[in-house]
Amino acid sequence: MTVGIVGYGAYVPKKRIKVEEIAKVWKKDGKKVSVGIGVIEKALGSWDEDTATISVEVARKALEVAKIEAKEIGAVYVGSESHPYAVKPTSSIVAEAINTGTELMAADLEFACKAGTAGLQLVYAEVKAGMINYGLAIGADTAQGRPGDALEFTAGSGGAGFIVGNKKEEIIAEINETISFTTDTPDFWRRQHAEFPSHAGRFTGEPAYFKHVLNAAKNIMEKTKTKPSDFKYAVFHQPNGKFPKRAAKILGFTPEQIEQGLMTPYIGNTYSGATMVGLVSVLDIAKAGDKILAVSYGSGSGSDAFILTVTENIKNKRAKIPLLKAIEDKEYVDYSEYIIHRKKIKTL
Amino acid sequence: MRSVSIVGVGLTKFGEQWEKSFKELIAEAGVKAIQDSGLERKDVNAVYGGCMASGRFVGQEHIGALIADQLGLNPVPSTRVEAACASGGVALRMGYMAVASGIHDIVAVGGVEKMTEVSTEDAGFALGGAGDQETELFVGASFPALYALMARKHMKKFGTTEEQMASVAVKNHGNAVNNKYAQFHREITIDDVMKSGYVSSPLKLLDCSPITDGAAAVLLMPTEQAKKINDKAVEIIASTQASDTLALADRENLYETKAAKIAGKQAYEKAGIKPTDVSFAEVHDCFTIAEIMAIESLGFCPLGEGGKFTEQGNTQISGQIPINTSGGLKGKGHPVGATGVAQAIETYLQLNGEAGKRQVKDAEIGMTHNVGGSGATAVVHLYKKA
Amino acid sequence: MVQNSLPLHWRKYPERYRLEGNINEETGEAFFPARVVDPKQGRKGKLVPIEMPRIGKIVSLTEVYVGPQGFEKETPYFLALIELENKVRMLTQIVDSPKEKIKEGAKVKKVFRKISDIDEEGAIAYGYKFKVEE
Repeated sequence: MTVGIVGYGAYVPKKRIKVEEIAKVWKKDGKKVSVGIGVIEKALGSWDEDTATISVEVARKALEVAKIEAKEIGAVYVGSESHPYAVKPTSSIVAEAINTGTELMAADLEFACKAGTAGLQLVYAEVKAGMINYGLAIGADTAQGRPGDALEFTAGSGGAGFIVGNKKEEIIAEINETISFTTDTPDFWRRQHAEFPSHAGRFTGEPAYFKHVLNAAKNIMEKTKTKPSDFKYAVFHQPNGKFPKRAAKILGFTPEQIEQGLMTPYIGNTYSGATMVGLVSVLDIAKAGDKILAVSYGSGSGSDAFILTVTENIKNKRAKIPLLKAIEDKEYVDYSEYIIHRKKIKTL
Repeated sequence: MRSVSIVGVGLTKFGEQWEKSFKELIAEAGVKAIQDSGLERKDVNAVYGGCMASGRFVGQEHIGALIADQLGLNPVPSTRVEAACASGGVALRMGYMAVASGIHDIVAVGGVEKMTEVSTEDAGFALGGAGDQETELFVGASFPALYALMARKHMKKFGTTEEQMASVAVKNHGNAVNNKYAQFHREITIDDVMKSGYVSSPLKLLDCSPITDGAAAVLLMPTEQAKKINDKAVEIIASTQASDTLALADRENLYETKAAKIAGKQAYEKAGIKPTDVSFAEVHDCFTIAEIMAIESLGFCPLGEGGKFTEQGNTQISGQIPINTSGGLKGKGHPVGATGVAQAIETYLQLNGEAGKRQVKDAEIGMTHNVGGSGATAVVHLYKKA
Repeated sequence: MVQNSLPLHWRKYPERYRLEGNINEETGEAFFPARVVDPKQGRKGKLVPIEMPRIGKIVSLTEVYVGPQGFEKETPYFLALIELENKVRMLTQIVDSPKEKIKEGAKVKKVFRKISDIDEEGAIAYGYKFKVEE
């Protein structure tokens, strides 16, 4: 049975704050920081947006592309580090909003930035096993950036999602293979009642991001007997604009291959949405026959790797507005508006 | 059906009455009204009390029983009437119907609201119940926002200006200066209104009536008997009421108050008069735009010209058709449940020549117009000296 | 208090999340929120649930500077009376739109947003808001 993506969607909130604007507040050289991390600006939602509202918009867009009825969806998974509730699923809110009906499997996932792709693996498996005809996997976040911390420059808001199905005539990108590389690694975490995550500084590089992304990529290429030049596009997890470029270089991918899927410089790191948002951008322009490698990374740690092959059907099934164009509809805010919207003001 | 008249009136000062409790306000107005009529407590056969949201303001329901109890009127039947901001006017209509039908002879009608017991935010929330709470208050529409939507439509369609709306506030504050029961005794200028800051554009702070405590009461009895006990009786020559959709979204249009138009038309028909026969009117100016729409709905000026008509001074005490000589809700205050009854009291004073510096010359026929919510209830009364 | 009533919120999910109202099968007149009684037809004609269209236009608007309880931190925000493609009117907030584009006649499209989240430990109320469609 062929199983693959039949619909896709991404949503990035309208407001932006420039890295230079944040740097100004902490009396750092904005230009230097921005170039150093490879990020220009990041997206943030209004006070009335959260992971649930972002996920609903993503789900609606994916349904539009898939051209199916929500009632046909058999499973919904939402992966995030910023679910609105610690207990009470986001996935059921999405299911109600799009009206999937009650015959549905659903759960919320957490695995730092790879919670979304973990959901994608789940729906892929359920469709492949014949348990459901369609499954919806979403990764979305309104990431919490600790004031004054390095991650404040990149923690962004946004999300993306995919509907997976098994009808050949509907599939726009076949999922050929998926594997994961998982360890227990303390690079980045958030305790239950902590408002902001903590991280281990430089330890988040080599022993964390690179170890997992590189190994997952190598393993999946070995398993499928493919090499970097076989792929038209590669999407790597993108906590900043630099890591994915370095990973690509080490693995033997060219800057051109990763360019389309590198969204973090313009919207920040959307955490559970990051790799999926990159993949959406690729699907906006990919053509029949294009092979795509997508490798996510979630702290804690793990990487989910996917190999996809785009089909003829993508000609007639694309998002109404390509993501790169959609993010041009933006509105800049300054730091004071940013902290009000992100509710960072506390009394002493 | 018998003719019914008002034979005595009483009201408390309107304003932020920190020292007076809900019960004290009721007792004060009730006692004054009974004394003013020359009747005694034992003469009262029934009570109708208008109160919009005592539950939210003072945590108290069962107001009918409370009023009778406070005034020592047990065991007569005592009923609370609620129609949002028209509670007082509708209570008056209920009392009128009770006497006109012959079921009761002497009826006390009161209205009360104590709004300052709670915070301004809580008060705003309570008032929001006058609209469609689930679809209006829930999405963030306070009362000023609903009237603002109507004002903007009126401005777009007829060219009504913010200055014209401001002139309503200026006039009413000016009138209130001479009303010892009024909340405000300070004149304001158009400039003051224009600079008072938007609450919900285009309505500014001084376009909006205030939060007020107060109570008002009148005694009703058959006109024939009324004329025998004192020479102040004021006859109610028409009492009409109409309803419209609760939510603004379901109205026919945003620039007319249909219920007021219908109630007004029915009142004129019942009394056999035309708008030009009316000597003065107390209308429901919860917001300045409301007065403009009221005078159009009641036929004092053509549809769309209320702003211009007011700006030109036609509704001043000295004008063609004095509107809100008491100061209106804007200048006198708006203790929601009491307003409708207070309007009747101003009418009674005018027709008896007792309005002092607010006196309208040759006052023969008076009118009151009391509206609930954004126009879902409208109750109109016409009066003349008995 | 009523604003936090859980049964009430839950009952209203179809209305708030999906603009579900109802329509008179015979006359084709739609109602939002759903009605029990058709005000014009009475009991004639069956009322069946239907989702309202998600596109409309602005009929009147106001910028709220002083909001009701729970909305204090959001001011100023725009409220508009809009008319949907099927002629049904409703009151809603207009969000994420440039101020100069929020005017009478502007085309608007529904978005899914938080309506109120007053209590940190309470339930969040999601629902409909609209955004100007360029």
